[in-house]
Amino acid sequence: MKAVNKVDGRAFPLGLKNVDTDVIIPAHYLKTISRIGLGKGAFETIRAQPGNVFDDPEYAGAPIIIAGDNFGCGSSREHAAWALNDMGVEAVIAPSFSDIFSGNAFKNGIVTVVLPQEAVDRLLEVAKTDPIHIDLENKVVTTPYQDRFAFEIDDFRRNCLMNGLDEIGLTLANADRISAHERTLAQSQPWLVPVAA
Amino acid sequence: MATKPRTLYDKIWDAHVVDQRDDGTCLIYIDRHLVHEVTSPQAFEGLRVAGRKVRRPDLTLAVPDHNLPTTARVDAAGSRLPIADVESAQQLAALESNAPSFGIKYIGATDREQGIVHVVGPEQGFSLPGTTIVCGDSHTACHGGIGALAFGIGTSEVEHVLATQTLQLKQSKTMEIRVEGTLGFGVSPKDVILAIIGKIGAAGGTGYVIEYTGSVFRDMSVEGRLTVSNMSIEGGARAGLVAPDDKTFAYLKGRPMAPKGEQWDQAVAYWRSLATDPGATYDKVVTLDAADIAPSLTWGTSPEDVVPITGVVPDPMSFADPSKQAAAQKSLDYMGLVPGQRMQDIEVQHIFIGSCTNSRIEDLRAAAAVAKGRKVAANIKQALVVPGSGLVKAQAESEGLDKIFIEAGFEWREPGCSMCLAMNPDKVPPGERCASTSNRNFVGRQGPGSRTHLVSPAMAAAAAVTGRLTDVRELMA
Repeated sequence: MKAVNKVDGRAFPLGLKNVDTDVIIPAHYLKTISRIGLGKGAFETIRAQPGNVFDDPEYAGAPIIIAGDNFGCGSSREHAAWALNDMGVEAVIAPSFSDIFSGNAFKNGIVTVVLPQEAVDRLLEVAKTDPIHIDLENKVVTTPYQDRFAFEIDDFRRNCLMNGLDEIGLTLANADRISAHERTLAQSQPWLVPVAA
Repeated sequence: MATKPRTLYDKIWDAHVVDQRDDGTCLIYIDRHLVHEVTSPQAFEGLRVAGRKVRRPDLTLAVPDHNLPTTARVDAAGSRLPIADVESAQQLAALESNAPSFGIKYIGATDREQGIVHVVGPEQGFSLPGTTIVCGDSHTACHGGIGALAFGIGTSEVEHVLATQTLQLKQSKTMEIRVEGTLGFGVSPKDVILAIIGKIGAAGGTGYVIEYTGSVFRDMSVEGRLTVSNMSIEGGARAGLVAPDDKTFAYLKGRPMAPKGEQWDQAVAYWRSLATDPGATYDKVVTLDAADIAPSLTWGTSPEDVVPITGVVPDPMSFADPSKQAAAQKSLDYMGLVPGQRMQDIEVQHIFIGSCTNSRIEDLRAAAAVAKGRKVAANIKQALVVPGSGLVKAQAESEGLDKIFIEAGFEWREPGCSMCLAMNPDKVPPGERCASTSNRNFVGRQGPGSRTHLVSPAMAAAAAVTGRLTDVRELMA
């Protein structure tokens, strides 16, 4: 996974609440068996509307999306994170994210920044004309106008993002503990090994 | 020393902690992993690239469901029919070859046990109380209906579970949703969960695991509990739980993969110990009165957009939150509805009875009871009944439900996700309206431009025979 320390650039001022993963990537794009190429279907229903932010040349190639509450709700499809990756989005700023989406985003190196609605409103305004700067190391979002919004992020996730760490590899380093747990279970809950049907 | 009273969630969580980091993140053991064709190909690909194997293929079960057409799968001679959509066929073929090559049990498209993973898991006794269950599908919350901590995961997590049988997780907060009283005439478990989501909102449960408590859930069938828990995610909660009880044990006993003999007794004793201790507290408590819940349905494009069937389309300006006002107006434009319109005057063109929310035998019985002796209205273009599994289908046929549906003018299909999500040939055309027993009324969910009203199976059958959204109680005399 690519290491990410900061995200710098223009931001799509989307602003909508409850942007679900069907909106981020509709189901008919889920038939792929690869992780790449999904950017072409990203936000298809929004892009069908004239004057939408994603097709506005002002924001072409923006690495940030600014959205409303509950971004990424709905289906667990990781294709939503892959679609964002494929369209070059490296961070999303919103007042809240669905739990599943923020996990998927993290696993694909996308930074999810939670800020209060007032800060998001201010950033939506700035984004129309200027770039936004996300500093993961110092956990702060800044603008060219002295705005400075501190945010919280889980230390483990921050560390993994900043070092591009592979979670499976980290877990497998714990394989002894997993084996010990399995030995205990075999004693205490022997029924957990399914009967071969 | 007396131990602190714990909730059902706390007990299941504590029993699965393999390791804990200083920041509170835990390595949680996963007892059951369901795999379907949509969210697994890239996970298997990842394992291959890294040269990793599946740690516990015996705890993993693969079933195709999302892409499968619900039309006949074999020809008259018993040969498998090809799948027309090239990409669907490719994804299904990937699962069919990945499962055996990683040593995973696979229930195939033409096996009679095939069905929607969330119907198959409990039905096979693969899903058990007190276990952790994951699947690359957000409706995994469903299995909480039998008292399992079950939740949806993304594909990277699918790969993580395949490789390690664990997940890195932080403990959730707990929310008790207590519904006391007796449900009114014609009110089903689907109406209960719609009313709950209408109350807490689509993000109300974010960060929480919900435990459903109170007499309504104690009195509810296991099928009904699966329906309720299934839609926990539509209220933002990754998982829901109902404490396992005698109903749960009776439901699971004798299922093919459930424990047998002495191990069964041992398991039941353990499962009984999981109920929330007296005095345990939840981070949040929400209460509803059963008497206030009417047959309900959605008017907009978020599952929180719920009204009773006797209600009207709301005025967007009636919402206090300005962003909700804007969202409601957008929803109404998309849905082709105007404020003040009576829900019961809204005509529909499509009926879908199925999905992991409402495709079990009780759901089909409830719909058939309304359809019996009636005819699908002339303005209905398509009315589908899609059993959740081959076993549900066989059971329904043994009870003659298929004949009731077919005589009324419904199509009786093969098991799968069908019209819930527009990944297979069953879709609602643009601008057309569907009374659907599925779980999501999102923009484009049932096909580009499709308009969805989420309802119970009985309400869907009622809409089918009148051609418009209908208060099922009027047909149930």
